[in-house]
Amino acid sequence: MREEAVMNAQAIERHLKRMALEIHERAQGGELAIVGIRRGGVHLAKRLGHELALATGREAPLGTLDIALYRDDLSERASAPVVGPTDIKFSVSGKTILLVDDVLYTGRTVRAALDELVDFGRPRRVLLAVLIDRGGRELPIAPDVVGARLEVPEPEQVEVRLTEEGAKGDEVIVKSRGPA
Amino acid sequence: MSDETIFIEGGRVIDPAAGTDGLRTVVIRAGRIAEVSERVERPREARAIDARGRWVVPGFIDLHAHLREPGQEYKETVETGARAALAGGFTAVCAMPNTLPPNDNASVTELVLARAAEAGLARVYPVGCISKGLKGEELAEYGELKEAGCVALSDDGRPVASPALMRRALEYARAFDLPVSVHEEDLSLVGKGVMHEGETSTRLGLLGAPAAAEEVMVLRDIALAELTGGRLHIAHLSCQGSVRAVREAKRRGLAVTAEATPHHLALRDEDVARSGYDSSFKMNPPLRSAADVLAVREGLADGTIDCIATDHAPHSLVEKEVEFDLAANGVVGLETAFAVCLALVREGALSERRLVEALTAAPARTFGLPGGALAKDAPADVAILDPAHEWRCDPAGFFTKGRNSPWKGASLRGRCTHAFVGGRLVHELRGALR
Amino acid sequence: MIGRHRHLIGLEDLSREEILQILTLSTSMKEVLRRPLKKVPTLRGKAIVNLFFEASTRTRTSFETAAKILSADAVNWTAATSSVSKGETLLDTARNIEAMRPDVLVIRHPAGGAPGFIAARVACAVVSAGDGAHEHPSQGLLDLYTLAEHLTRVGGAPPQAPPDFDTLAGKTVTIVGDVTHSRVARSNLHGLTKLGAKVRVCGPPTMIPPGIEALGASVHYHLRPAVEGADAVMMLRIQHERIGDPLLPGTREYSKVWGLNERKVKEWLKPSCAILHPGPINRGVELSPEVADGPQSVILEQVENGVAVRMAILYLVSGGAPDQSTEGAARA
Repeated sequence: MREEAVMNAQAIERHLKRMALEIHERAQGGELAIVGIRRGGVHLAKRLGHELALATGREAPLGTLDIALYRDDLSERASAPVVGPTDIKFSVSGKTILLVDDVLYTGRTVRAALDELVDFGRPRRVLLAVLIDRGGRELPIAPDVVGARLEVPEPEQVEVRLTEEGAKGDEVIVKSRGPA
Repeated sequence: MSDETIFIEGGRVIDPAAGTDGLRTVVIRAGRIAEVSERVERPREARAIDARGRWVVPGFIDLHAHLREPGQEYKETVETGARAALAGGFTAVCAMPNTLPPNDNASVTELVLARAAEAGLARVYPVGCISKGLKGEELAEYGELKEAGCVALSDDGRPVASPALMRRALEYARAFDLPVSVHEEDLSLVGKGVMHEGETSTRLGLLGAPAAAEEVMVLRDIALAELTGGRLHIAHLSCQGSVRAVREAKRRGLAVTAEATPHHLALRDEDVARSGYDSSFKMNPPLRSAADVLAVREGLADGTIDCIATDHAPHSLVEKEVEFDLAANGVVGLETAFAVCLALVREGALSERRLVEALTAAPARTFGLPGGALAKDAPADVAILDPAHEWRCDPAGFFTKGRNSPWKGASLRGRCTHAFVGGRLVHELRGALR
Repeated sequence: MIGRHRHLIGLEDLSREEILQILTLSTSMKEVLRRPLKKVPTLRGKAIVNLFFEASTRTRTSFETAAKILSADAVNWTAATSSVSKGETLLDTARNIEAMRPDVLVIRHPAGGAPGFIAARVACAVVSAGDGAHEHPSQGLLDLYTLAEHLTRVGGAPPQAPPDFDTLAGKTVTIVGDVTHSRVARSNLHGLTKLGAKVRVCGPPTMIPPGIEALGASVHYHLRPAVEGADAVMMLRIQHERIGDPLLPGTREYSKVWGLNERKVKEWLKPSCAILHPGPINRGVELSPEVADGPQSVILEQVENGVAVRMAILYLVSGGAPDQSTEGAARA
């Protein structure tokens, strides 16, 4: 397993600040609420929420969505995936919901998140913000706000590591098979 | 009886009745035991059977087997039962009367004997009912039964619930010198119990029958034996209380005898749990606690329990492959008895001599049957056993129709290689020929 | 799969970790129950058959509800008690149902060992909804969940906090009633001891089975010492209908000696002691109406948690093809 750092903490912070401004522009006129997709989107959602509050002076409500119960691959897996907590304390109906995830790849996670989200109510609008778009879509899902685009070939994996999860410093890693 | 002369050579002859245990040659001539000696000259035309490394014993006698004919031939017939007996080294079996119709009259007795004669395999001694129709109300006609060929009386499968009837049965049987073999359980104490009442039944959530259900009836019937002077034989003894009671009765000189089954000597209630509710571990009386098993082993070793009897009880899959609560009671045992009891010898619970005695001289003596010894001029009922033969117990290969064995799939050691009835070789283990 | 188990037959077979796996998942499932739209598509297309050989509306309905919330197809099959003389054997019934290709069979049967008997002979997953006096694993689990929830609250946690299952360790739980015939008692005994709780059983001597101490319980014939100091008391239903085996002179004396009423609760139980009952309650026998509806009763929570726990169980046993190796995390 070979690991290569492709983005450092300063770059991540820069992207998040810029993303917050873009989101603010795109969400004009709507009542914004932020929902982080577990697990990779949770802390990023909180950070974006913080940046947005700095930019707009308003705190948007923050929620968490676990998509395990909405997956499309339950029958193919050996054991049922672990189900984490979903926590949405506000009504989603009529709001502009910002879905946040760390890496957008096949689009299946976002598809599941959308299905789950609309079971909570009828949002006026849903925007998707991701830190890394690595291409490789298997469904017609497109992000509205992106930190950076990375072309990463199939067998390699993209991982976002954040200090909130115990990493020494924020970074984005590409993992590939090959000599260390 | 056959005319062949047969020399069984090189085997270890164990004949407890004669006190023999050593290398001997057994000579069979005209269907009878001609000689049992250390050095015998064999004429060339005589047939020789090489019994080196094997035991040569009187054919085993089983005082308790269910052959199911007449009426339940789908479970077993006299013929299949007699074949299974020979495979286990038994040259004689007593057939219990809980058939359909039950053996409470001469016609059924004669039918059983006729089937046995047709089969020409192990000897079958019919046992007649204690009560008409096994109903526990009226005495059956013991005179007629004896005359027709019954060797003992039993209502096995059920207890004789009425003490008054039991008393009269013991008394009346004295006129015909028939032993009364009793199945001891108090039905009200057993209730809906399907296994031994104890820690295991609690863990499995199955209703249990306490050992006291057997003990109270044993004590009752010993008192009645004392009152009447009758010959009381306790079938399938299973618990320490019963062993204590019989030991005490013998000490006082009463004519009380007892038998124990291989499964009550080898298995315990824990095995029901270990098997995962397998009904091959369900029988009546049930498998009991470790302390009970120890007491039964000690009772057999010290003679309190006179003999080993299989209580061979074949059932079909319909009756056994169901929920434990609903399964019929009983397991087959003729073909596995020797190996199972030999394992006890290896564990030190029983001596080899006592094992053979418990299957030969003791049952003969208990019911007053011929055989059980290699006596000169007696009909040559002989079994050759290989105590080292290892085999895998596969019920699909049994001679009995029953497949309900708790040893299914187990590795067993010890098997009968040859069986002679009246000097005729009626059973040979395939692959055992030398 | 629950750990390495394809079926859920009893709590005796499960390790502490496997029990915690189910309980932790139940917390997430309970959240679904509190949503405005109580439905998730997780088990869409899966068929769950309730094969009940014993009448039971509440357990069956609970399993059915759990299945439907997960979008599975739930089918109920109530048989007259299986008996050879009545025709179809248990094995035939199960095989016939299996030929209709269910994904999960939920079985309740009056004979102990029946779900295990079926599990060994069918290809689909089997969940026991109670077998004779042996086990009732989903009830045991929902009782553990309810107890942990109660103890977490009593321990001062904020109301929204999920139950902490470590709170059971060192606590004392008393089970009162006909323990001999109770599968609920046995499942709870296994579950509670595995999670570190101390168990007392209490009832008339005729209703305490031999060897229960070997399963980890201490035995009391008198109610007061059994419930004093306990953190929870679980009352079992007393069945009047036991013919032929007189275990009691009647329910009147049982209620006087072993039943809970307001006075006994006030004078003998800790104020924080929870009162549980698997239902259906014989009001006035095991519990007086005031106690059943009183502040210490968590009986209704048990029912709600029952659906969440059964959702967790169905989710785990429906999960995936057991022959395949575990895949890595899903591709996002």
